[in-house]
Amino acid sequence: MINYIIRRLLYVLPVLLGVNILTFVLFFVVNTPDDMARMQLGDKHVSQAAVDNWKQQRGYDLPLLWNDGALGFEQASKTIFFKKSMSLFAFDLGISDNGRDIVADISQRMWPSLAIAIPSLIFGVLTNITFALLLIFYRSTFLEFGGLFICIALMSISGLFYIIAGQYFIGKLLALTPISGYAPGLDAFRFIILPVLIGVVGGLGSGVRWYRTLFLEESAKDYVRTAKAKGLSDLQVLFKHVLKNAMIPILTGIVVILPLLFMGSLITESFFGIPGLGSYTIDAISSQDFAIVRSMVFLGSFLYIIGLLLTDISYTLVDPRVRLD
Amino acid sequence: MLTLLWTDIAVFALVFGSALAAWKTSKKEHAARPWKKVFESKVGVVSLTVLLVFILIGVLDSTRIQQNKELASGERSDYTETLSLLDIMLTPLRVNTEKTYSEPFAHTLYAKEMTVNESGDTQWIYPRLVYGGAHLFQPVEERGGDILAKVFKGLSYGLLTWLVLMLMLLFITKASCYLKKPSGIRVCSLTLLAIFLILGALSALAPYYHILGTDKVGEDVLYQAVKSIRTGLVIGVLTTIVMLPIAITLGLMAGFFRGWVDDVIQYLYTTLSSIPGVLLIAAAILMAQVYMANNPELFTTIEDRADMRLLLLCMILGVTSWTGLCRLLRAETLKIREMDYVLSARALGVGQVQILKRHVLPNVMHLVVITMVLDFSGLVLAEAVLSYINIGVDPSTYSWGNMINTSRLEMAREPIVWWSLTAAFIFMFTLVLAANLFADVVRDAFDPRFNK
Repeated sequence: MINYIIRRLLYVLPVLLGVNILTFVLFFVVNTPDDMARMQLGDKHVSQAAVDNWKQQRGYDLPLLWNDGALGFEQASKTIFFKKSMSLFAFDLGISDNGRDIVADISQRMWPSLAIAIPSLIFGVLTNITFALLLIFYRSTFLEFGGLFICIALMSISGLFYIIAGQYFIGKLLALTPISGYAPGLDAFRFIILPVLIGVVGGLGSGVRWYRTLFLEESAKDYVRTAKAKGLSDLQVLFKHVLKNAMIPILTGIVVILPLLFMGSLITESFFGIPGLGSYTIDAISSQDFAIVRSMVFLGSFLYIIGLLLTDISYTLVDPRVRLD
Repeated sequence: MLTLLWTDIAVFALVFGSALAAWKTSKKEHAARPWKKVFESKVGVVSLTVLLVFILIGVLDSTRIQQNKELASGERSDYTETLSLLDIMLTPLRVNTEKTYSEPFAHTLYAKEMTVNESGDTQWIYPRLVYGGAHLFQPVEERGGDILAKVFKGLSYGLLTWLVLMLMLLFITKASCYLKKPSGIRVCSLTLLAIFLILGALSALAPYYHILGTDKVGEDVLYQAVKSIRTGLVIGVLTTIVMLPIAITLGLMAGFFRGWVDDVIQYLYTTLSSIPGVLLIAAAILMAQVYMANNPELFTTIEDRADMRLLLLCMILGVTSWTGLCRLLRAETLKIREMDYVLSARALGVGQVQILKRHVLPNVMHLVVITMVLDFSGLVLAEAVLSYINIGVDPSTYSWGNMINTSRLEMAREPIVWWSLTAAFIFMFTLVLAANLFADVVRDAFDPRFNK
């Protein structure tokens, strides 16, 4: 087990290196730092001095991959690739293009993101499972057909509509919750109700269908037939056997997205004005702050891989038949 | 003169390509069998018919003709403009622009304005629209009856067109064909009837009213929503076309050759899929923007720029979304390569490329078809989200995402302007719902797990 985890962790390194090289190529080779400086400074006719100054302030005035002007190891280390991309491995995310410390920003902004993401996940999973069980219970009746059609209809609505409609009807017309905004501490409660509600409703269509297929697969198995033959009622079979056995795929499906909860939801956060990592990323994209976008790409990939690793480990924990070696 | 943008060429290539593929499939019994199942399902036929109407609109909108611009006086100026066939069909919608916002079916603007009447007094009133309801003398009393009359007229025209079309079809094919296989064709014709009725009513109303209102600069919202169909389709389809060759080649190679090829390809897709999709797209689009800003000489017109950006967006979405299908194909190929028929082909000395082409590829095609139809609706929805973050299509391109994006500010107005959002919602919902329903039917028909 320990061996396996160590091996998997070592496998993370080349993947992250690949991510780094990809972002490096995208951000520094396809467009040189000069191009970025011109774009940031706004004008096509910026003087070269201003461009150089911009680059120097942000440490982009080094050669890309190889520094001929330096000696020894510094030939490799005094380059943009080493300073900007390799340093990410040490979680030294550096300073954003407008001069703020990215690590400090992230550690401060991840809490609002979690405040939205965790309740959304919990309530979402609970609602989805409830409705999926209902659909299974009323199998091959009109209730199921209707329910499935509603699921597809819900899936066909863009997430943006849920947010806009929710903000308008619940926030503006009924004035039950604030339309947008955030407050630190316990006061945050009233601000997160609406985003969480919308997150749950927005994920309902695809979620219910997903859990329904899980339960369907499970209830086609032999032990379900045996249980029914023994005379257990449908309800007992559903809760005691199907749900219990389906917990394995359900749990592992949740574990894989747990780390990514930190990243927050881009759209929800920016619509509701929540100062989390999602809106941080969106702001960075719209103000074209490449340093932040690069850091978030790295962080996102890192968390994704951690999620995969956690999934594998959780398999062994919930299903004793699975052994990792 | 016919002038085509890059995406237009892609659209036509796609239409011809899929027509060819359909023709080839219909000749092979085993390949056509799952499709027959799709055509037997009512939901499948209805959704396919709706999708085909959308596609027809998209194709009409991709056929562009360059002509000299028409002046207000009716003469032709020296300036040229490029219009699609759809633009020409929708001329009243395109040219009847008002001053600013007006409600659906309104005869006045949405906001009061200071105007001078005939006797020289200034008044604070809702000014009449230039086009919407302009034919009415007493708008308030006449409007309801007029709309009803126009709807009725439109419906009857729609019914008439449908009847003529159906009679022609009956005449061309044989009447017996219609009676022998009733289900699919009957459902299709009934769906068409509904579509013709709607189109008839809309086309009867459109020259006289702004059915879905006008936007901030007075442009007809219905026109915008219809023009957005092409953008949605291009993104949904072109992306899958970009992604398919990568996913199929790499997936088959990884599963078939194993060894270091497999390792490299697995490493590639783990790396790519570990990057959060939106961020990768954002990074790529940002870079494309920098490139376009620094090389303005490559893109002469606004249309060219917008089109290039649409094409780039499709490519980027394609490059970021091939990993899922690749993984599926790899796993399936791993299974197939151990099958007896592959073994016997190998024993007979068939080359590896031939085995892949003749024995493996046809047996994984069901996965390809399922992924294509399943991805389509997701991509249409993704366009809206990306446009909202400003990393989607160009702001000058008509798209539902851009409509939703602008309507955010309109929803904050008092009184609110709700029709842009509603229009985008209705159109997007119809397309995506049809696509989702169709995808469901196709998956049921193609997935061997459902074939019992």
